[in-house]
Amino acid sequence: MLLIRRFEERTAEMYALGKIGGFCHLYIGEEAVAVGAVDALQPDDYVFSAYRDHGHCLARGSDPKRVMAELFGRATGLCKGKGGSMHLVDAARRFLGGYAIVGGHLPLAAGVAFAVKYRGGGQVVLCFFGEGAVPSGACHETLNLAALWGLPVLFLCENNRYGMGTPVERAVALYSDVAQNAAAYGIEAGRVDGMDVVAVRDAVGKAVEQVRTRQRPYFLEAVTYRFLGHSMADPAHGHYRTKAEVDEAKKRDPLLLLRTRMLSERLATEDDFKRIEQEVAQVVREAVEFADASPVPPVTALEDGVYI
Amino acid sequence: MPTKVTYREALNQALKEEMQRDDRVFLIGEDVAYYQGAFKVSKGFLEEFGSRRVVDTPITELGFTGLAIGAAMGGLRPVVEVMTFNFAILAMDQIVNNAAKIRYMSGGQLSVPIVIRGPGSAAHQLGAQHSQSLEAWFCHVPGLKVVAPATPHDAKGLIKSAIRDENPVIFIEAQLLYPMQGEIGDGDYTIPLGIAEVKRAGTDVTLIAYSKMLLVALEAAEKLAQEGIQAEVVDPRTLRPLDLTTLAASAKKTGKVVIVEEGWPFAGLGAQIAESLYRRVFDYLDGPIVRVTGRDAPMPYARNLEDAAIPDVDQVVAAARQVLYRR
Amino acid sequence: MASRVIMPKLTDSMEEGVVVKWRKAEGERVESGDVLAEIETDKAVMDLEAFASGTLLKILVPEGTTVPSGTLIGVIGESEEDIKDILRGSPPPIPPPSEVEGKGGGAAPSAEALASPRVRTLAREHGIDLKTVKGTGPGGRIVERDLEPFLLKKEQSTVREIPLTQMRKAIVRMTTQSKAPVPHFYVTIDADMAEGLRMVEESKKAATPFPLSINHLLIAASARALKQHPGLNASFAGETIRIFSSIDIGIAVALEDGLIVPVLRDCGSKTLEQIVEAERSLVARARQRDLTPEEYTGATFLISNLGKFDVESFSAVILPPAAAALAVGSVREVPVVRDGKVEVGHRMTLTLSCDHRVIDGAVAAQFLQTFKQALVRARDL
Repeated sequence: MLLIRRFEERTAEMYALGKIGGFCHLYIGEEAVAVGAVDALQPDDYVFSAYRDHGHCLARGSDPKRVMAELFGRATGLCKGKGGSMHLVDAARRFLGGYAIVGGHLPLAAGVAFAVKYRGGGQVVLCFFGEGAVPSGACHETLNLAALWGLPVLFLCENNRYGMGTPVERAVALYSDVAQNAAAYGIEAGRVDGMDVVAVRDAVGKAVEQVRTRQRPYFLEAVTYRFLGHSMADPAHGHYRTKAEVDEAKKRDPLLLLRTRMLSERLATEDDFKRIEQEVAQVVREAVEFADASPVPPVTALEDGVYI
Repeated sequence: MPTKVTYREALNQALKEEMQRDDRVFLIGEDVAYYQGAFKVSKGFLEEFGSRRVVDTPITELGFTGLAIGAAMGGLRPVVEVMTFNFAILAMDQIVNNAAKIRYMSGGQLSVPIVIRGPGSAAHQLGAQHSQSLEAWFCHVPGLKVVAPATPHDAKGLIKSAIRDENPVIFIEAQLLYPMQGEIGDGDYTIPLGIAEVKRAGTDVTLIAYSKMLLVALEAAEKLAQEGIQAEVVDPRTLRPLDLTTLAASAKKTGKVVIVEEGWPFAGLGAQIAESLYRRVFDYLDGPIVRVTGRDAPMPYARNLEDAAIPDVDQVVAAARQVLYRR
Repeated sequence: MASRVIMPKLTDSMEEGVVVKWRKAEGERVESGDVLAEIETDKAVMDLEAFASGTLLKILVPEGTTVPSGTLIGVIGESEEDIKDILRGSPPPIPPPSEVEGKGGGAAPSAEALASPRVRTLAREHGIDLKTVKGTGPGGRIVERDLEPFLLKKEQSTVREIPLTQMRKAIVRMTTQSKAPVPHFYVTIDADMAEGLRMVEESKKAATPFPLSINHLLIAASARALKQHPGLNASFAGETIRIFSSIDIGIAVALEDGLIVPVLRDCGSKTLEQIVEAERSLVARARQRDLTPEEYTGATFLISNLGKFDVESFSAVILPPAAAALAVGSVREVPVVRDGKVEVGHRMTLTLSCDHRVIDGAVAAQFLQTFKQALVRARDL
């Protein structure tokens, strides 16, 4: 979690310096969801994400150097500079990608689950998406198919309360309990505090086991909050939400909650946290240095990879 | 011994043989299993392969097309039947944003070996929403391959290559071609994607046509022959990647080119073919390339209007005379 | 403007040529059409003619030198003209396209000839000055066909285009009108011609003014058989089938540059002698092209005999309004078995082309049976 937090803080800085371009959506505030959920997976399970995907990719264990290089648009990036912030992929870690059409990756996740089932494999597909995707046709078509065919996919809805600037209650009819949208398809659903990494890990752990053994989809809503704006162009608190609201949410910063708990339960000391902080700072520094020193992709490679 | 089969049977054979050959290949779409396909291309499949590999879907093109793309990412080789390509519009985001781009966006880490097939173009009096030729939409997208065979032989050989290809392939058939008979090759043959074929050799004018329009062009060539005009008819067969070498060689030889397509004229595929030829063989052309296209309107229902909206033999003959500067 | 003299490509297979001899010297006046040099191709030594008038300003390739086709070998222009650009090998500037649609658009006629890209390329390859070519395309555009006379001169060894004569046009029209829409089928039979040949020989010896030929026997036998099988003396008329009362037999006559089918009227009521006389006169006039249109149209049955060309058998195209055409091969000597002994027999192969819309297979076969019997007993004709 700390790595994701510090990595993204540096990302914002690099964006401001013009080292990173395009759309860049930070995950700060929501780290517990990615970290808790991915921790509950087996190495051969699959993970899909949407466009706010840095956290999921790092949580899955991707090399921060290659993630930062991708954000920099360098040849050494995970996707050789062809993907960018919203399209990180690390196939070796079965992180099958960030997708930037809202709702558009849900059918893909169901499809990988279909392939798993077709071949008699025991893997589970974990699919992250925001509550903004819930009203999309893609989401509903996918929930129906997954329920119909008993596909081993865990739909993990990160409800950070806003689809860009539109609050969930103005976007989703069943907003007070988003998981009810899945219940309509007979999909078992649950809800978890997305700021509590341990709770997320427990909930996802249970859900994943259920998906794996019962070969049925599961829908889990993780209630969370994004501390920064929608993207780099959006201030943390603009016209659609107040500073007071953001400040209130920050009191339940997932890093703070975990630190407090670990200290109180004597699982770690202040020194441990200092040491971890230093280690993370080193990793992030190296990531930025690596990215900055990496070559840009050759223009001659522009059309490489369009076809095999 | 070459045998004579219908276009429908050729596809049925090819798909069956591919599914027998490779367990990863499966067929998914609306009414492909129990109903045996809206146009009976998958006749007998459910009995032979079972519901694991012949998958009926609800009427959700976005959902099942996207799911099949995911299945391809997961190591399978899906063949998606869209009941007609009109309905593929619902899956356009999946096809364009996912199927076509995933390989590129991932820097080559992932690939999507999928075939999306079904009939395109007009049949008879099906009205505007069920009668359109959308191949130009798909051809526009880097990452997709687009195939539109006109004969049973080509259909069989090309669908096999499409299934074995590592890239997403849009495979456009035609309702009016399904009952057409033709000789096909023996056994397990394939025809490589991206190779055009001269369907009739000639020296005076080049007629370029694909899918259903090939038959129109061949008939026009027959008529032209009675006037002493030897038309060369070239079928690109694969629309992307386009076999410009073969098309350009013919255009260079005759210096006169007519392109026949059923789709709409504005930004249609013929415009692209013409531009590609101008770039290659401008100095060998004896005049502007002439396109014979569908009319610039949604497909009308009335039979006479529909007939007028689709290129016919007389229009192709007239276009050939025009490029030959004959009256 | 200076004109380039290039090593032409005179045959399809010609890749290079030798300048055998320059017939004009540098500085010498040349007129368009003058022989500039002798060029040796892969096939022959040929004259290279000038396409422009002026002064041979420069000879770039000495005698005896081989250069690839398309190489600049000399320049013709006005004396004092600056030909540096040409010598540098840069192609002459091509004027911007001044028309697109052919007419309209308000483009003023360019001083430079309008020509299609293909024409410009061909002109460059063949050294043709486009100013000497008249364009017949839209807006006076010079199109490929306008170059044909110029190219023909160059490519006589590979292509020879002969304009269609009126007769050839008629043949094209008649045969394509028939072959495309008329569903042809063919029935073939052999006939014993021993008796017929004897009659022809006797007639020759008798030195009559109108000697008998095989064709006369064929006409008479056809008339006899058509009388018995009127269904073949017929025509397809869209909604009905027309049966003709008069048996009008067309006989294909080969001419030097084509073919004509004079029609012998009312053969059904003619004796063999009358047929001989009428046929002789009709065919003689056909050879002199002295027939009126009525005399070569409207046959109800056709006979085409290629026997004298040693053709064993062939099939003929039916010319409407007839519904059948008889194709006749040569009389061949063949071994035949008679009374247990092998003898020399005389056989002729006959192929009847039928319009299936009018005639069915069995009817055609019955007709041929009757026809064959009539020939075997030629003396009864």
